[in-house]
Amino acid sequence: MTALAGKYKKLKDLHPEEAITPGTGLCAGCGGLDGLRLALKELGENVLICNAAGCFTLLSVYPFTPLKGSWLYTTMGAPVPAAQGVRDALDIRLQHRELPDKEDLLVMTVAGDGSSNDIGLGATSAALHRNLDFIYFCYDNEAYGNTGFQLSAASPYGSATQTAPNTEFHPAGTEFFKKDLFEIWKAQKPTYIATVSPREPIDLSNKFAKAKTMSGSRMFICMSPCPTGWGFDPKESDLIAKLAVDTGMFPIKEYFEGQVTHTKRPQRRLPVEKFLQRQKRFRHLFEPECRHDIIENIQSHVDEYWSHYE
Amino acid sequence: MKTDNKIMLTGNKAAAWGARMAQVEYVPAFPITPQTEIVETLAQWFADGTLQGKFTNMDSEHSMFMAAGAAAATGVRVFTASSSQGILHGMESLYTITGWRVPLVLVNVSRALATPITLEPDHNDVMSTRDCGLIQLHAETCQEIFDFILIGHKIAENPQVCLPVLVNMDGFYLSFTREPVLIPDKKTILKFLPLFEPVYPVFQASQPMARASAVFGGSTYSYFKMQHNLAAHHAEKVFNDATAEFSELFGRTYEPAEKFHMDDADFVFVMSNSFATKGKAAVLKLRQQGIKAGLLKIRLFRPFPVAFIAQALCGHERVAVIDQNLAPGMGGITYPEIVSSLYPYENRPKKIVSVIGGLGGKDITESDFMSIIDHMKNSDSKTPLYLFDQEDQRAFQRIQKIANVKKEVSSS
Repeated sequence: MTALAGKYKKLKDLHPEEAITPGTGLCAGCGGLDGLRLALKELGENVLICNAAGCFTLLSVYPFTPLKGSWLYTTMGAPVPAAQGVRDALDIRLQHRELPDKEDLLVMTVAGDGSSNDIGLGATSAALHRNLDFIYFCYDNEAYGNTGFQLSAASPYGSATQTAPNTEFHPAGTEFFKKDLFEIWKAQKPTYIATVSPREPIDLSNKFAKAKTMSGSRMFICMSPCPTGWGFDPKESDLIAKLAVDTGMFPIKEYFEGQVTHTKRPQRRLPVEKFLQRQKRFRHLFEPECRHDIIENIQSHVDEYWSHYE
Repeated sequence: MKTDNKIMLTGNKAAAWGARMAQVEYVPAFPITPQTEIVETLAQWFADGTLQGKFTNMDSEHSMFMAAGAAAATGVRVFTASSSQGILHGMESLYTITGWRVPLVLVNVSRALATPITLEPDHNDVMSTRDCGLIQLHAETCQEIFDFILIGHKIAENPQVCLPVLVNMDGFYLSFTREPVLIPDKKTILKFLPLFEPVYPVFQASQPMARASAVFGGSTYSYFKMQHNLAAHHAEKVFNDATAEFSELFGRTYEPAEKFHMDDADFVFVMSNSFATKGKAAVLKLRQQGIKAGLLKIRLFRPFPVAFIAQALCGHERVAVIDQNLAPGMGGITYPEIVSSLYPYENRPKKIVSVIGGLGGKDITESDFMSIIDHMKNSDSKTPLYLFDQEDQRAFQRIQKIANVKKEVSSS
């Protein structure tokens, strides 16, 4: 048995209820929203989301909320400490103030990659150290999306962002490789870590179903194709998400009890160009002339990763 | 415990005792000098079962204030403490949680701000929270610290207020000074401050809600800020009601500001916190010399008790507002607040001067108070008066000489 003993085999097995209703202010084709929608189908309504400043802050704009559960907007750097405060308060009330068990909430953080990798990482590390009982959902669109797509530590090498533009002197645009948040979290041995893709709904749902039964820190990174920032037609969001997995650029995996398991291994990895060439943020790698050197660096980086597992 | 047990406590211990007798349930903490004794004491009491609830060691003040606010929004009584750089580091969270409109009490142990880094007190740290929308009570004595924490929870939890209350004390001068403190019995305290029962919905499964949602458009933003402002103003009435009840139960009376020998005073010092004790001693000394001095000590700083202060100061000839803080390029921070409180009144003092002293823990001596009197008397004295004299200059040069400093950059 692999670490993932999935309860779902087919799409129609998935939980029929929605905990996030249509009609949000988020962009058409937002992959992260699709991921959160699937996650909440599984986690249900007795959830409190502590939100960090980012795209998803637009989910609840006064006086509306698309959520059947609760929501608390915090700051960009402290959604996790807010989750700590709520969890602690609920525990105190359950233990000392006769709060019935059915009033308990699953406490969740929803934060973008900027908050997760940069400004909020210290506070998250502290919560992992305390083994905070919560679920962390990072929607990873690989840049500061809500502010107009500036470089974050999750921006991939070779992508153009507003603050790492490609120029004659900086042909790659972003010159660093994406921070490996999965490995950083793993160093602290939380209960569970998983990467998920909205294009792999069964894998995603199984992981949240499993995480729901656990306690402690349960950490998720959701690949979140971003039509406006990445530069593609919203209708292609699923295709882009699929190519991220099929090229091996976004490994779908989980960490549990010391083991890392790839739960959706690409059968035969496609060349990275297949993923890159459909997005405006990588266009400078193909026009006006093809930058084989940069594409080769990206491919080598992906190959190097998989060389440990293939 | 028998009624009104009197024990010797430092300011920090008095703060911990205040939280203990308020039966706080949650303390998120992060250490900073000179506040550490407060959180160490509470950590011990939670660990040994004296207090019921949870003490969580946080990773920064930014995280600590956020956890404090979130727990208050989830329905428990919350207490925390910080100081100086910690207040600045947590400032974003302080603005955020005051906007959440959640009740909690935090103690600030005043310490001057970097740069240069130092440990000793002044009030730039607490003044930095002046505009973030919390309620502020400033304590002169260890007894006031203890009492203000009980009163603070009462104000914070009032349904018409629902705001964090900050209780301020001076680092070192008060935090580490032992004074006798009366600790009332638990039963009477419970009469004044019953166990926390939130009036408004808090986070739990049967009460799903979205809090602190984003707003678009100035009208919606302004609406919430106006509400916040009304609540903060209303806190003055709640303070007066709470202190009246407190006086009845415990026999100690707290007005928004304390009038010390004010009745016939021609010269009034306006002060706050522990240095007011020095001011009071100077007033007594001056009166022995036939100078009619008085002192107004501000306790409630937010909301600013405009009418009370105007009433207290009008009719007196000369007033010196002593700010233990400095806004470089402007002067003292509380001075303009006092002046604007008095402006509408025809019988306002003839002369209102600004004095800046006590920066970084620098003492305000008896001779300083004498020079403030001279300054008030002098018709063409310039304001502000900086309490930095030849002796201070010599002290500075002395250490430079020891280190053989060749040349220091200085502004004329």
